[in-house]
Amino acid sequence: MNAIATETESYEDYLNNDYGWKSWLFTTDHKRIGLLYLVSITLFFFLGGLFALIIRLDLMTPPGDLVSSETYNKMFSMHGIIMVFFFLIPSIPTVLGNFFLPMMIGARDVAFPRLNLLSWYLFNLGGLCMLYAVVNGGVDTGWTFYPPYSSNFSNTNVAMAVTAIFIAGFSSILTGLNFVITINTMRAAGMTWFRLPLFIWSLYATSLIQVLGTPVVAITLALVAGERLLHLGVFDPAYGGDPILFQHLFWFYSHPAVYIMILPAMGVVSELVASFTRKEIYGYRFVAAASLAIAVFGFLVWGHHMFTSGQSIYAGMIFSLLSYAVAIPSAVKVFNWTATLYKSSVSLHTPMLYAFGFIGLFTIGGLTGLFVAALGIDIHLTDTYFVIAHFHYIMVGGAVMGYLGGIHYWWPKISGRMYPEIWGKLAALIVFVGFNLTFFPQFILGYLGMPRRYHAYPDEFQVLNVMSSAGASILGVGYVLPMIYLAWSMRYGEKAGANPWPATGLEWHTPSPPPPENFLEPPVVTWDAYDMSAQPELVARLNDEDRMYEAALRAGAWKREELDVEPPASGA
Amino acid sequence: MAETSVADRHTHGAARAHQFDDAEQQRDAVTMGMWVFLVTEIMFFGGLFTAYVVYRTLYPAAFAVASLALDITLGTLNTAVLLVSSFTMAVAVFGSQTGRRRMLVGGLALTIALGIVFLAIKVYEYYQKYVEHHIPGPSFAFPAPYTQPAKMYFTLYFAMTGLHAAHMIVGCGLLGVLIVMAWRGRFTPEYHSPVELSGLYWHFVDIIWIFLYPLLYLVGRHLE
Amino acid sequence: MPEHIVPIKTYTIVLIALLVLTATTCAVSFIDMGKMNAVVAVAIAFAKASLVALIFMHLRYSRRLMRVVAAAGLFWLGILIALTMSDYLTRGWGNRPE
Repeated sequence: MNAIATETESYEDYLNNDYGWKSWLFTTDHKRIGLLYLVSITLFFFLGGLFALIIRLDLMTPPGDLVSSETYNKMFSMHGIIMVFFFLIPSIPTVLGNFFLPMMIGARDVAFPRLNLLSWYLFNLGGLCMLYAVVNGGVDTGWTFYPPYSSNFSNTNVAMAVTAIFIAGFSSILTGLNFVITINTMRAAGMTWFRLPLFIWSLYATSLIQVLGTPVVAITLALVAGERLLHLGVFDPAYGGDPILFQHLFWFYSHPAVYIMILPAMGVVSELVASFTRKEIYGYRFVAAASLAIAVFGFLVWGHHMFTSGQSIYAGMIFSLLSYAVAIPSAVKVFNWTATLYKSSVSLHTPMLYAFGFIGLFTIGGLTGLFVAALGIDIHLTDTYFVIAHFHYIMVGGAVMGYLGGIHYWWPKISGRMYPEIWGKLAALIVFVGFNLTFFPQFILGYLGMPRRYHAYPDEFQVLNVMSSAGASILGVGYVLPMIYLAWSMRYGEKAGANPWPATGLEWHTPSPPPPENFLEPPVVTWDAYDMSAQPELVARLNDEDRMYEAALRAGAWKREELDVEPPASGA
Repeated sequence: MAETSVADRHTHGAARAHQFDDAEQQRDAVTMGMWVFLVTEIMFFGGLFTAYVVYRTLYPAAFAVASLALDITLGTLNTAVLLVSSFTMAVAVFGSQTGRRRMLVGGLALTIALGIVFLAIKVYEYYQKYVEHHIPGPSFAFPAPYTQPAKMYFTLYFAMTGLHAAHMIVGCGLLGVLIVMAWRGRFTPEYHSPVELSGLYWHFVDIIWIFLYPLLYLVGRHLE
Repeated sequence: MPEHIVPIKTYTIVLIALLVLTATTCAVSFIDMGKMNAVVAVAIAFAKASLVALIFMHLRYSRRLMRVVAAAGLFWLGILIALTMSDYLTRGWGNRPE
């Protein structure tokens, strides 16, 4: 095994090897590009959150009294568009994927670094178009852009918004393409497919979806723009068109898109569970296969968004059946993470808290998906708050928690510093509490019949809505805290060594922060993913730490500070 | 750390980007990259093909009658033009593989010329449609009872051939850049990936037309 | 994998085949075969596309992975069209006869 680089006083890393705005804006280093994306998507996250704030404020009282109906339509539309296309879909792949994919497979960079930079520029160009649409009066069609409203009747910036998504879509396609080629052709010597970390498997599956699905939504939204600008009429009943055809084409991408959002988070959870249980993930091959199965099956179920649209009921039956099938690989993953915990040595660092949160909340979100996948129940629940709660449990309780867990887990590698653990745990707890308070009441509201996309509701729904809004304010605090302490840690955080946790992946075999070419020598891999026994120094270090803790505990120390052991932040 | 030596970079004109371990890995990666890109193009056009399948199934008679309004001679001629251009492109790639600069440049030049011929014929066809009031818009006119579905047919016609033509224009531009590079001797048997990859793109655009031709021009010929 | 150089003679034969197929599909389209017209036209188009892909685009001489990639693209388009058509083709089912 390669020697782990020892800590020297200073060495050339990817942050200090070059300075100045040009070294950032013209970089082709995947690590810097990952950080560029971090900045972009964080900005969009808070913009999308701003719209959520207005939504929840308006929903605190039964009458729609904060903003007009037209404005409210714009609020939930822009919340959805920005969160889906400009935060969730890029988040983990472009930040954590860009940064760590090459490192985890032992490569120096992605296959096409300049294309990678182009992807970032395209993303921001799309983002600028979206900002223009937002500032210029907004969009009110919902993030789903259904015609004929979007094509014929809406008076808002639909064309600009779909252009924004079109451009951002190409950013997504190019990133996916880059990742597929990189994983296929640039794995280090000895890094066979079944030695890859599970994060890589899920990024691969995600990239397949991006490549196969995004072009369809691109051409579909282009047709909507065509209807608005050139009166094309492909979906217009007056010309023999069918608005449901739009829905087919739109959801062909947008359902797999939700797997783009969740698969990377599942990959992060696999990494977290393995590292913080000090065990190999139970059933590695099944988890890897499940990622691919989700990607493939995810393309076969889109009609479950259209049960009440006028789609043929027989097609609805097929889609419903397939939707139950796609739940199976997700369940396999949850079972396997849980089985990994058995007889393991769990350490409750912040990333692990997020992983636990993910497993529980994703399970709830996934199970409620089964409710709405049933044709009969969906008639009652579609377009209610039940659906909103279902997808927020997965996208926020799942994907965002996976993202935050990953950011914390890999923060020492990215920045060379540890975040303050106490604040990390506190923020995770606040997020968990705030999230459940926000979205659990929405299941009940939906079941009771409160429609989505309405800002006025009957008085009897107010208590639950107020609970939800209160939860949202707590959730907001939980999201702001990491911004503050992560930024703080960049200057004042404890210096992290190469492998603070410690963990087994290749990315931990190089200094923190990493050198520009990732490794000091090209790695040669001879061990399975997560196999601690293949890394004896790691095992020895863990055993030493355990002995020291036990000794201190027996000596009567119980406070963290009294356990005078080597803090985990040091390198091996 | 794998250094790219000066020899690596300049020997036989072979250029190796730093992220790759060797020239073979780079070739593998860029070839696969182009194929994956072409798959995204299949799906991109695919949305339009899906709309076509749906509406032709819903309005078979109207589509058949409307397709008669296209000029089959020009359509068939254009198909032949593109097929020959694929041949000349393949010859150009052959030239780059075997170090025959004249064959490479000649092949590229012929391919571009045929591409321009295709586009010129297309422009003329569009003009024909304009004159006959078959462009969907305020001045659209088509005999009843097929008026509205025929409008759908022509919408798809212009969308699909228009998107195809846009790809042709990009292709011609790409080949134009290549021909300048080829003329300057930038390509060798060891390094000619850009030619191969552009060839893949060009052939793909030809394949799109191979499907567009029967779907747009041959629908209702048996009714004549 | 060492590069395979396809002789120009092969390209010429393929071109002739493509032009013949084009003439065929054009001629056949004038014969009324009912629903088979569409089937035959698409089948010939697939044949032409295969020739271009396998020979001109060197798929036949490439890594198997490239063939898998190309096939996957076609298959995915097939999913889009097939499942969308499953809606349109079954909308009239179960309706009571007039």
